[in-house]
Amino acid sequence: MTFLSNESAHSPLDIVVLMKQTFDTEERVSIVNGQVRQDGVKWVINPYDEYAVEEALRWKEAYGGKVTVISVGPERCAEALRTALAMGADEAILIYVENSAAEQLDEHVVSSLLHAVLKDQSPQLLLAGHFSVDQGSAQVAIRLSVLLDIPHVSAITKLVRMEGQRVKADRDAEGDTERLEVKLPALFTAQQGLNEPRYPSLPGIIKAKKKPLTQIDALTLYPDFSQAVGTLRTSIELPPPRLSGKLFAGSPAEQVEQLIRSLRDEAKCIG
Amino acid sequence: MGRTIAVIAEMRGNQLRQVTFEALHAAELLYSPGDRIVALLIGYQLDAVSNTLMQTGIQELIIADDESYKYYEPEVYFAAVRTFNDIASPDIILLGHTAMGRDLAPMLAAHTKSGQLSDVVSFEASEAGWTFRRPVYAGKAFESRRFVDRATPWIITIRPNNFKAIDHLEDRVSTDIANVKQTFLPTPSPSLRSVVHEVVQRMSGAIDLTEAKIIISGGRGVKSSDGFKPLEQLASVLNGAVGASRGACDAGYCDYSLQVGQTGKVVTPEIYFACGISGAIQHLAGMSQSRVIVAINIDPEAPIFQVADYGIVGDLFEIIPLLTSEFRKMLT
Repeated sequence: MTFLSNESAHSPLDIVVLMKQTFDTEERVSIVNGQVRQDGVKWVINPYDEYAVEEALRWKEAYGGKVTVISVGPERCAEALRTALAMGADEAILIYVENSAAEQLDEHVVSSLLHAVLKDQSPQLLLAGHFSVDQGSAQVAIRLSVLLDIPHVSAITKLVRMEGQRVKADRDAEGDTERLEVKLPALFTAQQGLNEPRYPSLPGIIKAKKKPLTQIDALTLYPDFSQAVGTLRTSIELPPPRLSGKLFAGSPAEQVEQLIRSLRDEAKCIG
Repeated sequence: MGRTIAVIAEMRGNQLRQVTFEALHAAELLYSPGDRIVALLIGYQLDAVSNTLMQTGIQELIIADDESYKYYEPEVYFAAVRTFNDIASPDIILLGHTAMGRDLAPMLAAHTKSGQLSDVVSFEASEAGWTFRRPVYAGKAFESRRFVDRATPWIITIRPNNFKAIDHLEDRVSTDIANVKQTFLPTPSPSLRSVVHEVVQRMSGAIDLTEAKIIISGGRGVKSSDGFKPLEQLASVLNGAVGASRGACDAGYCDYSLQVGQTGKVVTPEIYFACGISGAIQHLAGMSQSRVIVAINIDPEAPIFQVADYGIVGDLFEIIPLLTSEFRKMLT
């Protein structure tokens, strides 16, 4: 008879990554009929979520387990989920919301929808991006940690597994680094510098086509979700364009002198 | 009956952060007669700071003062915020959109199942009520949002450097410190789920990018991590902060925590110096709301010149030391 004294060894983990599909950051934003124009736009995985996917894959490679990526949004988001599957995730879930309804979601509703799916799955490790480069509110993942009643650390730049269920995380706090220790299950949001996300490989892309991508209609999870929002958009507009200003001429010393004079006398922001 | 407007104050070192005074000003803008303004202060050894806060026109100050609040730890701080929310039952809660505020606000919003508006830069009253303006796509566009009435408390994080700070400490709603009610929260219980081991102050003494009034940013044109030194010297003379473009960070010239852009930080200083930065769209998103933009670039065709108020075509390694010495002369 053998005893498996595996308490201190690292058991495989169920890992979930929250993902959002966003505009590529080199896209310009234009507004048509009070909405952000979406035709012809290049869509990508939110850059911060890519770090989360990469970290999940590294943990799976080190300790075994399964990586599930999950997103809330319209049909097009399946493409971002497929990319994550091609990077190496095992399964994907799309909580489907019609395009017009997706524009009206708020963070309360999105986190409630994610909670409805994840509350029975009890993943041990949840990863997400620090914020999305479109809405940029940095709320959904942290809200979810509270709904799931698990601890979280936001804006991590390092994540190390210790003995048992303990994890050490470095958190970026406006230039300072906070070192925290957390017990799993826990949620972490990824800051830049956490890792270098991989590109999907060709075999990865082929395999991804056969991996399960489950679509769940948001209405089956939360029948009146569109009525539940806490905040509503009333308008959206572009900022006034900046006009190009003065280009100085002369020797470097003369240009510097003119610049300082302009900052002091014209812009009145110095001296 | 009046509403309760709450401000969650924030410390940096042993002082109140500038954004707290801005949040207090925002509270004052939302104030109407009959309302009361309360503040929560969490930290360690807070006597001097509480005194300052009590002169800002608040009616009540709730204090969580304990050694376990020395460093920000989400679980322990949130326990204090929850107790505060139970005691004060605020209708509106304002925080800075900072590492702390960005963390605590959604925790409370989930707990109270309410709406939250993040990174608000201004707000205005209309017939339909208050609408709040905030950047989307890092400032490539701005949206206005309102709270749905039943979703209280309204939770708002404000972007640093966008609201005026409360400046006139006298002449307040309540000027007499003796009239400000003080409540102390009980000693917190430690979190069993997470603990802070240490805080490494990599940027000790430096000014935080999002709060800096002057930013000197470098791009690929800076060429190396040593190349940032002249920028640091200029920043030190102007009491500003150093930033960077994604190009400079990706090239390993500097830490990602300095990155300004759609990925990275969005900043709104009084003056933004873009040095050796070409001006990619994602970078412009992060800095184009600055009040004055100065571009220094060797390439006259660089797109950065299209958004700059003032431009110098030239070698930054020649121009910046000249600027530093001229400013030094001028400011001493």
